[in-house]
Amino acid sequence: MLKFLLRRFANYLVLVGLAACLGYFLAASSLHPRSNYELRNPRPSQQSIETKLNELNLNDRTPLVKRFTRWGTHFVQGDMGKTIQERPLWEEMKRRMGVSLRLLALGSMIGAVAGVTLGVLGAVKQYSWFDHGSTAWSFLILSTPVFLLAVLLKVAAYKYWNSHVPTGWDLYFVGEYTPNLGGGFIEAFRDRLTHLIVPTLGIVLGQIAFYSRYQRNSFLDVMGADFLRTAQAKGLRRRKALIKHGLRTALIPMATFFAYSFGLLLVGATFTEKIFAWHGMGEWFIDAINTNDVNVVAAVIVFQAVLILLAGLVADVLYAALDPRVRIR
Amino acid sequence: MAVVKEPEVLAPEAEETTEVVSRGRLVWRRFLRRKLAIGGLVVLVAMFVLAFAGPHLTHWKTFDQDLDNTLQGPSLRHFFGTTQLGQDVFVRTMAGLQKSLVIGLLTAFFSTGTAAIVGASAGYFGGWVDRILMWIVDLLLVLPSFMILAILSPHFRGKTWLLFVLLLAAFSWMITARIVRGLTLSLREREFVQAARFMGVPSYAVIFRHLLPSMSSFLIIDATLNVGGAILAESGLSYFGFGVQFPDVSLGTLIADGTPAALTYPWIFLFPGLCLIVAVLAVNVMGDGLRDALDPNSSAVKARTMK
Repeated sequence: MLKFLLRRFANYLVLVGLAACLGYFLAASSLHPRSNYELRNPRPSQQSIETKLNELNLNDRTPLVKRFTRWGTHFVQGDMGKTIQERPLWEEMKRRMGVSLRLLALGSMIGAVAGVTLGVLGAVKQYSWFDHGSTAWSFLILSTPVFLLAVLLKVAAYKYWNSHVPTGWDLYFVGEYTPNLGGGFIEAFRDRLTHLIVPTLGIVLGQIAFYSRYQRNSFLDVMGADFLRTAQAKGLRRRKALIKHGLRTALIPMATFFAYSFGLLLVGATFTEKIFAWHGMGEWFIDAINTNDVNVVAAVIVFQAVLILLAGLVADVLYAALDPRVRIR
Repeated sequence: MAVVKEPEVLAPEAEETTEVVSRGRLVWRRFLRRKLAIGGLVVLVAMFVLAFAGPHLTHWKTFDQDLDNTLQGPSLRHFFGTTQLGQDVFVRTMAGLQKSLVIGLLTAFFSTGTAAIVGASAGYFGGWVDRILMWIVDLLLVLPSFMILAILSPHFRGKTWLLFVLLLAAFSWMITARIVRGLTLSLREREFVQAARFMGVPSYAVIFRHLLPSMSSFLIIDATLNVGGAILAESGLSYFGFGVQFPDVSLGTLIADGTPAALTYPWIFLFPGLCLIVAVLAVNVMGDGLRDALDPNSSAVKARTMK
């Protein structure tokens, strides 16, 4: 098992490396950091522009390959360079990764559990009002872009929740916490919680819709399988047979979907973070493109590739754990 | 997505004995049985008509400003209200809808086309062609197309939106190509393909005349569902200003324009938003119905036969 995982890991590592290179080349060739300085008013002297660009490894007069080797060698040594505001990139990245991962981990975990539960219930009670309702609901959510969902949630929290709920439990939709709040631990905890709910919902709703659709279909397939009938014929109760034998089998394809959707979650989070003013990786990516910050764009690409790698590995482990036919030596 | 209650599904032998029906008729009949899918088709056609005929219902143009009536709610003068600049939200929404629908259709067409050709070539030729093509697919799958396109956006700033369509298609074909490759691998060994090969039919003709038509159901379903995906991708990129650029408008840019005032003047973002949801929903529902009609192995149909 370990050997298999190591081999997969090596395989993923190569892909991440390639993705990082590709990301750097794309960013360095299409962004234009020089314009940041040239458009400044008053315009800095030509020489100081060149010095600054050279210092940040952003000078487009240096050949792309040369810039890339410099970025690559520094990167391998653990130095990711500086942001265009000349701050150390890694310091900022650490903070932002925490913000993003909190949102992504919570969102995907709650989404996966709730989605799988809904999907199973929908399949067991096929064609009931509950099934129709949840199918219609997930179709609706899956047809709504994340940014629209986020804005709608914002409006709903503002118009319906906050005007009917006693103050202190208002839901916030700007930032992660109230600056200069004061108060003790409980105050701070409640404050964070009320800031967390709406953005997390923005991610969770889509995840629930995604998982419940697939889980419903996969559970329907399993429910007709012979082994479940056999299990019941041998005296197992239907509920127990469904949970013990059915659910495990139906979850197998979910492992792949989990890898796929967790890897892509950061894209959805860019909208959520941007709209709710969370200073995470997604927001950083968008801002970096707008400020022509090649180093930051490359760093976010690496982060994204690593996320996909981790999700792929987790999926491999889950797959092996769920499917008794998978026996790797 | 089976809401229709009839449990009977035509078994293959029943088709042959009772009457001879062409596959097209059969598929059409099965499609018609799904009322929701029909609804999707009707809504989609209606949206197309509305998007192109709608602007003629009022004399306002996309960039006209009615400065006496800025930030007014929906009324007879402005069906969907006006923006901060007094622009007519209805006309702008229709213009955005036009662009989004056309981009969705074109992108889906190009993306499924690319996927079909790449996947079929990889599967049919095998060997190093397969290895290289699949390697490219793997590489492109590590980086989400959203990020690649966002990074590339400075390249198509100020250029025609058709370039954007091509790029959108260029980065959204990978998963379909994988599936097409899988289908090709099994079709390749079938008698009719082998026969064509041994008769000396050139490879491209085998692919276009024998392989791809055999998986046309899958390709049609995929293209339909891709329309929805493309509309969502386009609007997402446009929302951040990485997609459709001024002076063109799409539903994404309109929603982005309306978002800052979402709490105070909701109609500016609500109407384009609703149009977007309805359009994508219609496409998805239709694609789902098509899948059930075209593909007898799809899970909804299977589930029904098992009862």
